Amino acid sequence: MTTERGATGGGMSVDPTTLLGTGGGLGRQVLVTSIAVLGGLLVGALLIILSGALQPGGTLDFGLPLVAYRALLDGALLCEEGFQDVGILCEEGGVLDLRALGNTLNASTPLIMTGLAVAFGFRAGLFNIGAQGQFLLGAFASTLIGANLVGVPFPAAAAIAILAGALGGALWGFIPGALKAWRGAHEVVTTIMLNFVAALSLRYLANGPFRDPGATFSRTPDIQPGAVLPTPIDGSPMHWGIVVAILVAVAVWFLLFKTTLGFEIRTVGANPHAARYAGIRPRLITILTMTLAGSMAGIGGAAEGLGITKNYPAEYGTSYGFDGIAVALLGRAHPIGVVGAALLFGVMRAGAGSMQRQTDIPIDIITIVQGMILLFVAAEVVIRRLLPAARARRVSAAAAA
Amino acid sequence: MTDQRTEGAPVTGEVVRAPALEMRGITKHFPGVRANDGIDLEVRPGEIHALLGENGAGKSTLMNILYGLLAPDSGEVLLDGQVVGISGPSDAIARGIGMVHQHFMLVPVFTVAENIVLGNETMANPIFLDAHKADDRIRELARQLGFEIDPSAIVGDLSVGIQQRIEILKALYRGAKVLILDEPTAVLTPQETVEIFEVLKRLAAEGTSIVFISHKLYEVLEIADRITVIRRGKVVGQADPTTATEEDLAEMMVGREVSLVVDKGVATPGDVVLRAENVSVADDRGSVVVDSIAFEVRAGEILGIAGVAGNGQAELVEALTGLRRVASGRITLDDEDITNHSPRSLTERNVAYIPGDRQRFGLVLPYPVEDNLVLTDYHKAPYSRNGVIDERAISRRAAQLIPEFDIRTPSGAVPTSTLSGGNQQKLIVAREFSRPLRLLIADQPTRGIDVGSIEFIHKQIVAKRDAGTAVLLVSAELDEVLELSDRIAVIYRGRIVATVDGATAEKERIGLIMATGEATGPRVEGAA
Repeated sequence: MTTERGATGGGMSVDPTTLLGTGGGLGRQVLVTSIAVLGGLLVGALLIILSGALQPGGTLDFGLPLVAYRALLDGALLCEEGFQDVGILCEEGGVLDLRALGNTLNASTPLIMTGLAVAFGFRAGLFNIGAQGQFLLGAFASTLIGANLVGVPFPAAAAIAILAGALGGALWGFIPGALKAWRGAHEVVTTIMLNFVAALSLRYLANGPFRDPGATFSRTPDIQPGAVLPTPIDGSPMHWGIVVAILVAVAVWFLLFKTTLGFEIRTVGANPHAARYAGIRPRLITILTMTLAGSMAGIGGAAEGLGITKNYPAEYGTSYGFDGIAVALLGRAHPIGVVGAALLFGVMRAGAGSMQRQTDIPIDIITIVQGMILLFVAAEVVIRRLLPAARARRVSAAAAA
Repeated sequence: MTDQRTEGAPVTGEVVRAPALEMRGITKHFPGVRANDGIDLEVRPGEIHALLGENGAGKSTLMNILYGLLAPDSGEVLLDGQVVGISGPSDAIARGIGMVHQHFMLVPVFTVAENIVLGNETMANPIFLDAHKADDRIRELARQLGFEIDPSAIVGDLSVGIQQRIEILKALYRGAKVLILDEPTAVLTPQETVEIFEVLKRLAAEGTSIVFISHKLYEVLEIADRITVIRRGKVVGQADPTTATEEDLAEMMVGREVSLVVDKGVATPGDVVLRAENVSVADDRGSVVVDSIAFEVRAGEILGIAGVAGNGQAELVEALTGLRRVASGRITLDDEDITNHSPRSLTERNVAYIPGDRQRFGLVLPYPVEDNLVLTDYHKAPYSRNGVIDERAISRRAAQLIPEFDIRTPSGAVPTSTLSGGNQQKLIVAREFSRPLRLLIADQPTRGIDVGSIEFIHKQIVAKRDAGTAVLLVSAELDEVLELSDRIAVIYRGRIVATVDGATAEKERIGLIMATGEATGPRVEGAA
């Protein structure tokens, strides 16, 4: 029951609704988020200068951040001179590199989906930390089904495999939703635990019962050709996953803000007591929200599995599910914001390698920049509280003058 | 009591000192509202000055400006004749302004002393606090005000009345010369109110200036030396509590003549609508707090349930509205068994409910006003069609209800949290009364709202009764129960101990039954 929230949470009295940034209109939210991103990049710039100076024979080079960020953009979006740029745009004197752009969009796709999974939970007052496990379930279920769809053509096979991924993620969302609704177990605790259960069980399954005997390293069998998400543009690695992700984001936006069910979900998130009074059943909404959120992360896993890995590797080192929490926060738990935040993180992820190659700045700096952006987003709550006082000081200074 | 202190006040013309606090021409705009419009306020040393106004009149805005939480668009604040710019609460405290908020700002797990010194701690050395250094001074301050306090008691264990005194001590400990009290009696029992008034009078006699914010007329008349009335952001006048009447003040506050007495005719009860048969309900801890209660409410009558708060009323109402399970017994609506029906099922049977805790149950505060106006109807046409919300239909509904129920809001699109308490309550009334009603359950329908809104809501309830709705009224305000009810049931420890005819009920008798649970004498029609 939602009323037990906080009580059962014990020390984890996180109220996700305070993170939604309800203050101000759209313009203000975009402005504040942009300031946070700039702040993160500025702190990153300082670290890049320091990191450059600490390298053997390095000096304090204040131009280095610009070089590094330029290299980042080169790797993520832009045509690079003297580098093996592919794609028509660069040959025709364009600025966007199709190959790099494809990598960026492919990196953004799972982030959009896990970001949506976390954001959707936020709207119902639920802190879904379990996007990681839901993502893995989705990747596993979709690739396993995809490997068995012998002779089924595209797009039917791919659609079935994506559906399998959605169902796998949905199952991993339903469990914590049901535990919360019926037993009052706090979703933060159960989803964290289920992340471990998913990662370790799937590793066992990919190592044992479902291992592809012909593979050199432990993984499940490759998916059938019909289930592979194709790359529609010549010279670009971009697969159809990004289209699926954006369609799902639009669908989630419509569901949340235009439908009766969305009204119920948001009402439960904003005031579960009033929701009950209004005739909404908060337990049902909790289960439904977690299940749908899980399916979103599951589709993310399917997109990654069918578009990139083509199988489920036993040692699946990914953090898309955890990064989804950051994406949801930066995107203000709004589907459109989530897409924007995921694209930004996708740029950083795709361009970090290029930055390291060109400037010897470690990739980890980019992770720190991402962390700093989130810190600035969180600080916005603090800044907003300080604003009236700051304004009052200005007025009193004017009065004294 | 007022004449004693007015002798020393400058009214007599003997001593003319600068006012302890003066606010001149304070103006403050919010989007769509002029919250303060050229307000002048003057508080003399040692004076209890009441600031009276309806919810939303601009009292809180004015005090937040004084406390540095808001900056005025224009106007100036003077302390002891000097113009000051107050930059924030800590600056206000440093200048000798103390504020006791309606909702206390205490840390429940800290001791009295720890709460009082919080933010102003004395150190034993650069690392450790001296936790007990302040104890003696706190005891001494309390004694000056005529009560004893244990500085080592944990605040969470103390009653609301004591907690309020701690808030006052906290302000005095920091050297407050001007003390602002924002609706200090809203959370107190009548006895606690009497006690806090004694404290405030002593405090004023010692020279502290007190700004007393309230919308309760009789209280203001009892405690204040002078009264400033504001309405819609403007000062409408000053009143002298020795000569003004409650009616005068109400008229100044609302801007028209206000009937403090409910105008209603004789009820014409019809068929039994709601029947409770031996209904028992348990509280959250599982103990039975409603103990086989039985009563009936007929169409076209108001049954009032009187009782000291905490005698099972809240649980009874929750059981009747589907928010809490009935442990045993039966509830029927027009002879249909509705025991443990869901809130949705009851809404569909034309049962309306005004919840006692409007912000917890009745409203989703961050939502726009118009969404709250359809909170119990959102799933039905025309607001929802095929699972899709029709925002235009909701806006049209709001455009119709907002003027009809006199909800003061700049538009239907603003967050409901920006409305005053009275207007939030009118929003709930608008929503619940604007659909066909068979049964109305009103729990504390006018708690914490101003006289204008009270009058409006009372009129609406009586109008519903006259239209044939069965009304169950639950209120801790005995006056309200007496004024509205056609029959009165007194609840005591989860049982109805007496049912009395509303027309002939005597306040003292009902009060006695509420307090003792003993119902004897000729006026009692029947005891359960």
